[in-house]
Amino acid sequence: MTKKQNQDAIQGREKVIEVEDLVTHYGERKILDGITMDVRDGEIMVIMGGSGSGKSTLLRYLMALETKTSGIMKILGHDIDELSAKEFFDLRKKMGVAFQGGALFSSLSVGDNVMLPLYEHTDLEYSTMEIMARMKLQVVELGGFEDLMPSELSGGMIKRAAFARACVMDPKILFCDEPSAGLDPAVASALDDLILKLREAMGMSIVVVTHELESAFKIADRITVLDRGKILMIGTVEEVRASKNERIYNLLNRVPEDDTMDPDEYLARLTGEDYEVGNQPL
Amino acid sequence: MAEPGNQTTPSGLFQFLDKVGRYTVAGIEEIGNGGMMVAESLYWLFFGHRMKQPVRMNAVIEQMHEIGISAIPIIALLAGSISTTLAIQGIYTLRIFGAEGHVTAGLAFIVVREFAPMITGILVAGRSGSGLAARIGTMKINQEIDALKVMGVSPVRFLVAPPLIAMVIMVPCLSMMSNVVGLFLAGIYINIELGISLAAYLDQIIEILKVEDVLQGLAKSVIYAIEIAVIGVVNGAGVRGGAEGVGKATTRSVVQSISAIIITAMIVVILTTG
Repeated sequence: MTKKQNQDAIQGREKVIEVEDLVTHYGERKILDGITMDVRDGEIMVIMGGSGSGKSTLLRYLMALETKTSGIMKILGHDIDELSAKEFFDLRKKMGVAFQGGALFSSLSVGDNVMLPLYEHTDLEYSTMEIMARMKLQVVELGGFEDLMPSELSGGMIKRAAFARACVMDPKILFCDEPSAGLDPAVASALDDLILKLREAMGMSIVVVTHELESAFKIADRITVLDRGKILMIGTVEEVRASKNERIYNLLNRVPEDDTMDPDEYLARLTGEDYEVGNQPL
Repeated sequence: MAEPGNQTTPSGLFQFLDKVGRYTVAGIEEIGNGGMMVAESLYWLFFGHRMKQPVRMNAVIEQMHEIGISAIPIIALLAGSISTTLAIQGIYTLRIFGAEGHVTAGLAFIVVREFAPMITGILVAGRSGSGLAARIGTMKINQEIDALKVMGVSPVRFLVAPPLIAMVIMVPCLSMMSNVVGLFLAGIYINIELGISLAAYLDQIIEILKVEDVLQGLAKSVIYAIEIAVIGVVNGAGVRGGAEGVGKATTRSVVQSISAIIITAMIVVILTTG
């Protein structure tokens, strides 16, 4: 199936994530403003934007890690505001995440890291869990690495192991934060291939945040372009490439922009006197 | 811009009050967070099965080993050293009045009611409270806690409940061990110094101490355990700014835990001894 045919097929499928008029604040500052988007079943949606555009923040909201100010957010058809605690936990079992740094548990071996979701959410025999973890590690080409500790892996391997852990429960939605950041081009390209392979093998929807244009164009079915907390456009790779929007043009052609910032605001952020993302209690 | 030495001007005063207000609010918020974590840990302990998220007993046992068993040598050493020091000082002081034979009474009360739980608490705060803050802080900056949340695993159930339960079980046990080791080593010194046999010394202790005295010490240990765990977790969860932030949180948790232990000891002694 060509990429175009794939995109057409995806458009007819159900929405696994629906966001309508999402508004979020950190303290007094508005961070995301009127975000409306959706992700379809089996689609790879890439969220792109420059530094400070709010793409990683948007990802945190899509993963329901933060509390929004207003708007509607549905994940797998469930309005997250209407879920009980148990329903919310159950919903999360259908989600996986591969963070930028991998976020592997340093005290656990690679195999135990991958097994953790199975151990926490299933009643499987330990030996069965081991087999499943090994299989997932083989999918990400880390077969035989299960006894190593995360500190013994390279950056690219850590990201692969994070993918294995994220996929071990066969999630419906996989979130990836900057998968190719900090990797050499060859390893980054291999990770892009892995994302495509995972979608192909498991049929999951994948939301990827990246600022790497090459990677975005390679894997995306659709791209959401963010700028200063607002969506500039949502479209296919071709549509984004053909956009006449000046800021998108600048982003795609790496044209530096005059992003002036209020020094007081900058200092407040630097000294942590303002609310920070992910700084809530456990 | 404020001029040097301009602290008494209204703006300086307002800045001072503003700072005091911010710290007060932050302090109250931390106490609230700590209380919520204890409540949530208890919820997961008793009702986690309903959500198919039980507190894993093997995690609790692992923590009990780390917090309790591994700490036995150092706690025994310090409990023995401090009790012996107290015995030496007690004999030295009472000798002024010719009452050194009564050293056992003071020693028994002060070791069992105060020093054994306090020394145990301080050591556990230094070993395990700081470790807890560092572990949670590191996990936070590495986004491991976010990863747990997205996996559908409650971080409080997974990371907070096991050490909290382990501390509540192990700190009183360690405190009891400190009582035994401390009184035994002090007894040996008293035997050497005053010629009171160990059997007579033990008789004196049994006669002087009531069950309530021992229970008071153990009850304090439970309070200290909760304080150490909560302070460690709250500081770990509040980490900002990478590795340096983890270091600061670790130091802060030790200082706060030791302060909390000593202040609690003072409050309890005021309330119970009058």
